[in-house]
Amino acid sequence: MRFLDIQKMAVHALGKNKIQTALTMLGIVIGVSAVIAMVSLGQGAQKLVQDQVAGMGQNVLQIQGGGGWNTGGGGARQGGDQASLTEGDVEAISREVPTVKLVTPIAQAQGQFVFGNQNWQSRVEGSNEHYLEIRGLKIDQGEFFTDSDVRTANRVVVLGKTVSDNLFQGSDPVGQTIRIRNLPYRVIGVLTPKGQSATGQDQDDFAIMPYTTVQKKMTNSAVPRINRITVSAIGSTATVAAKEQITELLKERHSIRPGQPEDFRVNNLTEVAEAAESTTRIMTLLLGSIAAVSLLVGGIGIMNIMLVSVTERTREIGIRMAIGSRGSYIRMQFLAESVILCMLGGLIGVLVGIGLSLAIAQVMGWPSFVSPQAASIAFLFSAATGIFFGYYPAHKAASLDPIEALRYE
Amino acid sequence: MAEARATGSAASSSEPVIFLKGVHKIYRTGEIEVHALRGVSLQVHRGEFVAVMGPSGSGKSTMMNIIGCLDRLSSGTYILDGVDVSTMSRNQLADTRNQKIGFVFQAFNLIPRTSAIANVELPMVYAGVSPSERRERARMALAGVGLAEKEGSFPNQLSGGQQQRVALARAIASNPAIILADEPTGALDSKTAEEIMRMFQQLNRERGITIVLVTHEADVALHAKRLVRFKDGHIQEDRMIVPQDDVLTLLHPLEETSYEVP
Repeated sequence: MRFLDIQKMAVHALGKNKIQTALTMLGIVIGVSAVIAMVSLGQGAQKLVQDQVAGMGQNVLQIQGGGGWNTGGGGARQGGDQASLTEGDVEAISREVPTVKLVTPIAQAQGQFVFGNQNWQSRVEGSNEHYLEIRGLKIDQGEFFTDSDVRTANRVVVLGKTVSDNLFQGSDPVGQTIRIRNLPYRVIGVLTPKGQSATGQDQDDFAIMPYTTVQKKMTNSAVPRINRITVSAIGSTATVAAKEQITELLKERHSIRPGQPEDFRVNNLTEVAEAAESTTRIMTLLLGSIAAVSLLVGGIGIMNIMLVSVTERTREIGIRMAIGSRGSYIRMQFLAESVILCMLGGLIGVLVGIGLSLAIAQVMGWPSFVSPQAASIAFLFSAATGIFFGYYPAHKAASLDPIEALRYE
Repeated sequence: MAEARATGSAASSSEPVIFLKGVHKIYRTGEIEVHALRGVSLQVHRGEFVAVMGPSGSGKSTMMNIIGCLDRLSSGTYILDGVDVSTMSRNQLADTRNQKIGFVFQAFNLIPRTSAIANVELPMVYAGVSPSERRERARMALAGVGLAEKEGSFPNQLSGGQQQRVALARAIASNPAIILADEPTGALDSKTAEEIMRMFQQLNRERGITIVLVTHEADVALHAKRLVRFKDGHIQEDRMIVPQDDVLTLLHPLEETSYEVP
């Protein structure tokens, strides 16, 4: 018997019972599309985390003032609320920790930016002259402030693209004077835009000033506040050592005895990123496994229908055997039916799954990401499902006794 | 194919197409043994038209299954068209059925929702005949039973008689050594039954096709040239008869047989 004839026969048999075929296929379609959508979703989340981490700069550590969220005995102290970090800490880290490359204190503020009749609400990051390098940012127009601006608390500001666009509507902002909280500031530069973050957040909606300026002009507290210290390590492998060394140094400087909760917290963003990545990886695996279960259920559905079909077509099988079909031809025909069913279902499932992944990404505002491995594995798996779950019914059909089968009513 | 077979057995043209000797068949279902055939010997030569009769349980159905290579004998010898089939494997039996036997059943047994021509082609599909050749041969076979115009029809669009003619076309399309007909008129009215029997006679007379036919009905059996009667697993009677074309004149000679209830 010719191979092509077996395929034709299988397709013909599937075509005879279109509704049954479609419903059986639906199980596989749902299974395959679920696997693809779930894995794509998980991998999208993974990519999101990676993007976010990359946006923070490389090999960056952040030292947060106030009791850490992770210190069990810390109680009510919330990150950043206690002005526990000082300029002395910044200098000490820069001076004494060998694995640290650059350090900047960060003082934050909010304000209404006004230029002419335009105004814009945004946030201000006060830092020193190393900010750009630590965060991996670039200047588009003008220039960044220098250490002398920091020392003299000069009223200069570098605008993010969004702020600049909203205030200046296309005219050149460099050299212009804007007002924030009723004080004039000179715009000396505009940052190269980074665009939206993976979560859809505008990464260009902020401005940078010398931290001294923020402390003196924009915050009302009597003590100059440093919200956090951002540090870049000399290399990605140095981040762990840097974290330990900074922790030791600050413990000593803040006179924290062993066993006492710390009044600061050092976050190694590389570590955070790795943790987040492994979390999303586990999530991907979990979602994928749950979806794989639905593929399995679809496979069992195939087996069920094929068994019913063998029983329904017992007489037909008897006729085929009587006129000279070998058992193996019957087996191949039924196997071909279930494999074609599964592969067609798999193919539709891949298309639906891709559509679903794109739709979910759109709704969630995540990077649209279709996992090609998930698509190909799910498709191959559906074909394997066809063979695995089709074999027993096909074998059952092939082992029928032609006389019994012919007598079947 | 027909030529090849003809030359293959031409050297011994006197050799029977069907040669059965001392055939026993015993069915075992648990503790119970049923001795369905008790030493049957039968020879059917090329071009014969044999009617097999007998009451239920006489062993004639078992006989048909063995002749049709659907069942294996328990002991004895069966040589079909010069080939010993008594020791064949399942696959060899399937191939033998495919090449040497054309089946016609009481219930027509066409594949449902499949066109007439596709049904006729089916044995040739299993034989691996090329699509163009089997289509041509199927067309010829359908034309031979007067259904050239119905090749695209599905079984449920055909009358009983037409379906049986498609089945007949399927049986002859692959030039088998014998046609085995099991109650071919059992599901037909008497007028259609007569038509079908005429067709068997015509195939036998004009094309020399060997036919073995099982029936309950005397008037059907009388279309044959030889009558074999089974009883209790034995051949009770085996004689030549004069084939009759007119049923009405033929009811007489068999009325003595009390078990003939159509």
